Amino acid sequence: MSSSDCILETRGLEKRFGGVVAIASVDFNLKQRELRCLIGPNGAGKSTFFKMLTAQLKPTTGQILFDGVDITRAQPHQVSRLGIGIKNQVPDVFNNLTVAENISVAARSRHGKARAAAKGKDVMERLGLTSLTGRLVGELAHGQRQWVELAMVVALEPKLILLDEPAAGMTADETNKTAELIREVNKSAAIVVVEHDMQFIKQIAQTVTVFHQGRVLIEDTMDKVQGNELVREVYLGKSEDD
Amino acid sequence: MTANWQGNGGLVAATVLGLVLLLALPQIVDPVMMIELTSYVIMAILALSLGLIWGYGGILCFGQSAFFGIGAYAYAIAVINFGDSTVPLLLSIVVPGLFAALLGYFLFYARITDVYFGVITLTVTLILYKVMGATSGSQYVIGAAPLGGYNGIPAVPPLNFPGRPDVALSFDGLFYLSGLTLLAVYVGLRLMLKSRFGQVVVAIRENERRAELLGYDARFYKLATFTIGGAIAGLAGCLFANWGMFISPDVFGLAQSAQVIIWVIVGGTGTLLGPIVGCFAIQWIATKLGAQQLLNANLVLGTILIGFVLLVPKGVVPTVGDAFRRLKFRPYVAPLVEQRRVP
Repeated sequence: MSSSDCILETRGLEKRFGGVVAIASVDFNLKQRELRCLIGPNGAGKSTFFKMLTAQLKPTTGQILFDGVDITRAQPHQVSRLGIGIKNQVPDVFNNLTVAENISVAARSRHGKARAAAKGKDVMERLGLTSLTGRLVGELAHGQRQWVELAMVVALEPKLILLDEPAAGMTADETNKTAELIREVNKSAAIVVVEHDMQFIKQIAQTVTVFHQGRVLIEDTMDKVQGNELVREVYLGKSEDD
Repeated sequence: MTANWQGNGGLVAATVLGLVLLLALPQIVDPVMMIELTSYVIMAILALSLGLIWGYGGILCFGQSAFFGIGAYAYAIAVINFGDSTVPLLLSIVVPGLFAALLGYFLFYARITDVYFGVITLTVTLILYKVMGATSGSQYVIGAAPLGGYNGIPAVPPLNFPGRPDVALSFDGLFYLSGLTLLAVYVGLRLMLKSRFGQVVVAIRENERRAELLGYDARFYKLATFTIGGAIAGLAGCLFANWGMFISPDVFGLAQSAQVIIWVIVGGTGTLLGPIVGCFAIQWIATKLGAQQLLNANLVLGTILIGFVLLVPKGVVPTVGDAFRRLKFRPYVAPLVEQRRVP
C-alpha cells in the first residue's frame, strides 16, 4: 500500500509481558478517513494494541507508522500532537474539573483562546453536554462521562480517532447517538472502534478486523466476518480439541 | 463571563483585604508581636510555594526547605561579598530556581513517581544539612563569606534600596516588604492558575495520562511548576535571612521540612489561601505554646496534626468553602426533592 492513502501502518508489531505474548506480529493498515471496527474476545489484545498506537505502552518489536512518521518510540504527547486521539476503555477524564474545563483543556491543546472557546462550545452542543457545563465530571453518570471523554477527543480534531468501547454502559438511545456522531466525525478523520456490541458495529461497520490471541484472525466486511466459521468458534469459546 | 468576573472580583477583594491588613497591623499590634508576625508572613510565602507544587501540581515534595535554605545562603553569601543587595536578592530567586530545575529535570524526565519523589527531595534537604554543617573551618570560605558549619553565617547584611547600600531596610520596612511579597506571590499565582498554563498543571494533577493523550508534555509542566515553586521558596529564604540577620544549616533540617508540610495539610491543599492560613495558625499556636510550661509544644502540635488528618482531611479552607457552597446551593435542593415525590 502506498503511504499517501495510508494513515496508519504497523509492521510486525509485537508486545510481550514476560512470557505472555499479548500482541504477535500484527501488520495493520488503515486508509485515510477509513472507519474500521476491531472485535475479538476478551484478552485478544485490542486494548494493548490501542495503547501501543498511542505510546502508552512501548512495543517489544515492530514498527508503527502514522501519516508517514515513525512513532514507534514517540512519547504520548507527541503522538497526540501528530493527530491521534484516543478514548480509553474506562472513562479517562479529569474528575475534579467541570465539563467545560475538561473540554477547554482539550481544545486549548490545539487552538488559541478564541478558537478553543468556539470549538469547545460547538463540541458541547453537538454532544448535548451544554446543560452540564458547570458540573464536576466526577459527579456524572458513567454514560455522561463517556460523552465528556468523546467530546475531548473530538475537540482535538485528530486525523485518527481510536475509540475503545465507546458505547459501553450506554442506553440504546445513547448508543444510536454515538453511532451517528462517529459517522459524522468520520467525514474528517479515520476511526478505529473496539466494541463488543454487535448491533452497534452493524450500524457503523465498513471493514471489520478480528483479533484473537494477539493476532489478526480475519479482516473483511461485517457479513463475511459473521459468516466465518473460525470467528464463531472464537466467540463461542470452542477450542480446537473440542 | 459572569464566573470570570466573580473570580476577578474575589481576587480584587483579597488584594484589598491584604493591603488593609498590611497597613493596619503595625498600628494595632505591639512591636514584639510584629517581629513574630513578620516571620509568619515570610514563612507563609514558603507555605505558598509548597501549596503550588503539592496542592496544584500534585508533586509530593518533602524538601521544600531545601530551596528556602539555598535562597537564604545564596543571599547571605552574595550580599557579604557584594555589599549592595540588588544582585544577591535576584540570586536568592535564581539559584534555588536553577537548583529546582536541575533536580526536577532528572526526577520528572526519569518519571519518578509520588512517594519516591518525596523520599528523594527529603534526602536532598538532609544532605544539604550535613554538607553545610561540615563547612566549619577557615578553609570553607566563599569570597569574603565564611560558611561557618553548624554555627552558620552571623551578621548577614540587610536588604538596601537598589544601588544604595547606605539606605538599609528597617525592621518595619522588612514587614512591609514581606507583606507585599506575600501579596504579590498570591496574586501572581492566582492569575497563573487561571491561565492556560495553570489549567494544564491542574489537569495533569487530576489525570496525567489523559493530559498527555491530549498533547501536553506532563514532564515539562511539572518541571516548570517545580522550578517556580523553588524560586518562590528561595525568595522567602532571602527574607528569612534578613529577618534573623543570620542563617544556619537548621533551615535544611527535618523539623523545618516537616513544618511546611503540616501548614499545607492543616490549611488545605488545592487552595492558595489554605497554606497561608495554616502557616499563620500553626505558628501562632506554636508561639503561644512556647510561652507556657504546662504542656510540651511538639506534643500538642503533633496531636493537632493527627486530629486534622483524621477529622478535617481536606484542611481548613476547603472544608469551610464546601460548607459555604452547601449553604449557597440549598434553594436548588428543595425543588428536586419535591419533584421526586411526585409519582
